[in-house]
Amino acid sequence: MIRSEIIRDIAPILRDQLVVCNIGLPSQELHLIDDQASTFYMLGTMGLSSSIGLGVALAQQKTVISIDGDGSVLTNLGTLPTIANNVADNFILLIIDNGSYGSTGDQPTYAGKKTSLTAVARACGCENVIECKAEDTGDVLQSAIDNKIMTVIVSKCESGNIKVPVITKDPVVIRDRFMTEVARLNE
Amino acid sequence: MSVSKKIVTDFVANGIEFVTTVPCKQLGGVIDAVEKEPSIYHIPSNKEDEGMGLCAGAFMGGKRPAIIMQNTAIGVTINTLVTLTQFYRMPLPMLISYRGELKEPVACQVEMAVHTKALLNQLNIPTYHFHKPGDEQELDAILKYTFMCNKPVAILTDATFWGGY
Repeated sequence: MIRSEIIRDIAPILRDQLVVCNIGLPSQELHLIDDQASTFYMLGTMGLSSSIGLGVALAQQKTVISIDGDGSVLTNLGTLPTIANNVADNFILLIIDNGSYGSTGDQPTYAGKKTSLTAVARACGCENVIECKAEDTGDVLQSAIDNKIMTVIVSKCESGNIKVPVITKDPVVIRDRFMTEVARLNE
Repeated sequence: MSVSKKIVTDFVANGIEFVTTVPCKQLGGVIDAVEKEPSIYHIPSNKEDEGMGLCAGAFMGGKRPAIIMQNTAIGVTINTLVTLTQFYRMPLPMLISYRGELKEPVACQVEMAVHTKALLNQLNIPTYHFHKPGDEQELDAILKYTFMCNKPVAILTDATFWGGY
């Protein structure tokens, strides 16, 4: 399975949750497959999906899922100690780990070589880290949502991309409709 | 009331409940005051761009954020400031220690100091400079201005303002 197939698989689960989606192809794929006002699409700023998601989770009650990539987590590795030390049980970090920088032409990342992001997350102090196969992502994600315990999921999948259009929505529109959903869900 | 306490009192009066910090020696007192303030969630970050991501999330989650950092961070955060904070039009008060100004003992700090205002100016970031004791009286108005216009706003605080090192 490749990332877009995982996203297609989990889209029905994501639909009812607050989602922060990583820059580039992950956001473009989710936007194409099932655009929701409750998804915050990152149009830039590689690496910050987990930080933005943690911020949203700490500021309100509803479950927040940050969809991240191995390359993006490597860009902002400092995020893992921050997550570990600021436990938000409504926060799930889903790292789709295809061992490559998908949006820039599938250059290999170190996570596809000797570095295990699962081990790194545990070493940083994250207490509930689950590594799973791509096809199990939906089940693992659903139980993380149901368990209401902060969870880091590392979903191992194959490298590869589908052709998707860029997101042309205005950033302020994306932000405003996301904030409207946050307020509605917290009523 | 100490300057640090006055700053945190203004934060609280302006509804700021989420503050991220990357330490600087000059900001030690204000970081301590943030940590002690029960109405503020203090979340230290490992790098300032990470902190700006946390602040963006907190803002969208319904809490007013602020970041406390050194001016060297301007070099770290330009991409985040323009593609996240400014692009999505989010407010962010940035309380910044202006290292490398008068009374600075460390020569390397001057290298970033000479670029600080030029970079902030290039980024169209409203910038205020606390140079003399008492300049903090303007903080309340600056915070109101920041949340009125939904922009990142810089408050530079130098060694003369803080009374040396």
